[in-house]
Amino acid sequence: MLSELRTIWEVLKHTFTKAETVQYPEEMPYLSPRYRGRIVLTRDPDGEERCVACNLCAAVCPVDCIALQKDTREDGTWYPEFFRINFSRCIMCGMCEEACPTYAIQLTPDFEMCEYDRQNMVYEKENLLINGVGKYPDYNFYRVSGMQTATKDKGQAKNEAAPIDPKSLLP
Amino acid sequence: MSELMPVLLALTILIGGVAGAAILTWFERRLLGVWQDRYGPNRLGPLGIGQVLADMIKLLFKDDWVPPFADKVVFIFAPTAIVVAMMMGFAVVPFAPGMMIIDVNIGLLFFLGMTSLAVYSVLLGGLASNNKYALLGGLRSAAQMVSYEVFMGLSLMGVVMMSGSFSLVDIVEAQTDVWFCFSQILGLIVFVIAGIAESHRLPFDLPEAEHELTAGFHTEYGGMKFAMFMLGEYLGLMLISCMIVTLFFGGWHGPALIGHWLPPLFWFGFKVFIVICFFVLLRAAIPRPRYDQLMSLGWKVMLPITLINLVITGAVLLWMEGAA
Repeated sequence: MLSELRTIWEVLKHTFTKAETVQYPEEMPYLSPRYRGRIVLTRDPDGEERCVACNLCAAVCPVDCIALQKDTREDGTWYPEFFRINFSRCIMCGMCEEACPTYAIQLTPDFEMCEYDRQNMVYEKENLLINGVGKYPDYNFYRVSGMQTATKDKGQAKNEAAPIDPKSLLP
Repeated sequence: MSELMPVLLALTILIGGVAGAAILTWFERRLLGVWQDRYGPNRLGPLGIGQVLADMIKLLFKDDWVPPFADKVVFIFAPTAIVVAMMMGFAVVPFAPGMMIIDVNIGLLFFLGMTSLAVYSVLLGGLASNNKYALLGGLRSAAQMVSYEVFMGLSLMGVVMMSGSFSLVDIVEAQTDVWFCFSQILGLIVFVIAGIAESHRLPFDLPEAEHELTAGFHTEYGGMKFAMFMLGEYLGLMLISCMIVTLFFGGWHGPALIGHWLPPLFWFGFKVFIVICFFVLLRAAIPRPRYDQLMSLGWKVMLPITLINLVITGAVLLWMEGAA
C-alpha cells in the first residue's frame, strides 16, 4: 500500500519536469558526424572514385544489400562497373564502412530517405557517388598502395621503400 | 418556466456529457503525457484539441460491421446500454442548488442501480461477440462488478447514516459545515476504489486488459459501436467523479473561507475536475493487479473496512444521540 502511494507521489512530481520529446519535423535531433545513416561513395582528393571494387563490403554485408562488378581502366586501376545498394534491405550497420580498405564507402548522418515506390530505394552508382572526400580528406589509395599503375611503378608510393632485388641478398 | 427547466437541463447534460466525454479522451491523453514526460496529441489545432474531432470523424466513418458469428441483436444493443445507464445516472446529480433534473428521495439508490445496469452492457457485449477473449472479459467484468458492487453500496451507508437521507440534495446540505471526506475517510477510500472498479478504468480494467485479452469484452467491436463503449466508460468516469464530489467533498459547497467568492456551479465543476485528474493520475501510476489479487483485495480488505466503518459510524452516531 505504501509503495502504491509513493508511486503516485513520484508520478505527480513529473508534473513539473520537461517533456523528453523532440518534435521532429520542426525540431531536428542532433546527429553526430559518426551517425550511421545513408551510405555514400566518396572520391579521392583528385576527384577520382575511391572504390576499387574489392567486394569486401558486399561480402561483409549481413543483409546482402550491396552488389557490384569489378572492371579495369586502361591505366591498370580498378573501379566498379556498377555499384548498387538496396536501401530497403540495408540495416545501416556500418560494417561495409569498416571493411572498406580505401575509405570509399562511408555512412552519413542523413536518414530521411523515404520513398513511395519501393524500387526507388535501390540506389545506383550515380546516386551514391558524391563530389567529396567524406571523413578522410587526404587519402588516396593508389598513392599509398604498392600496386603498379600506368603512372606509378613499384616502390614509388608514399612511404614505400624501393623494391629489393632478392638476388642481391645472395651470399 | 419551472416545468421547462429540467428538460433544458437534461438536454444540456446530454450534449455536455457527450462533448465532455469526447474532450476527456483528449484531456486524459495530454495529462498522461505530462506525467510520462511526453506531449501526447498536440498536432491538430491549439494544444491538439482538434484530435477530438479527428477521432470522431474517423470513428463515424468506419465500417459498421457485425461479425457473422455474433448474436446480432444483442451485439448491437450492448453498447447502447452502458451509455443509457450512465446518462440516466446523471439525472440525480445535484450540480448546484436547484440545478438538477430530479430530486428523488432515493437518489443514491437510483445512482447505484444505474451503475449496476451498466454491467449488462459489458456482459452482453462479451457474450454476444461469440469470441473467447470477449467472453473472458465479460466473465471477469461480471465477477468484478458483483464483488465490488457489494461494498460500493455499503461504503455509502455511513454517509446516509450521517445525513439521515438517501436524497443527494439532503446529503449535500448536510455537508454545509464539514465535508464527509473527514468523518467518512474509510468510506471515501473504499468508494473511490470501488468506483474505479465499477467504471472499469485502469488500474482495475481487467475486463479489457489489453495485454492479456487483446481488448476484452469489446474485441469484436469497431466504429461507432466501439465509440459507444468508450463514451460509456468516460461518462462512467465523470459520473463517479460527480458522485465522489457530491457524497464526500461537499457537492456545490466551496471550501470554508473562500467558498462564497465564486458560484456553487464553479465549485462543483472544479472539484469534479480535480477528481478526474486524480483518476488519470492513478492510471499513470498504478499497474493493473492480477485477477486473484483484485478479488482478494475486494473480499478480504475492502469489505472488512467497509463493515468496520459502518459499525464505528453507527456507534458514534448512537453515542452522540445519547449524549444530546
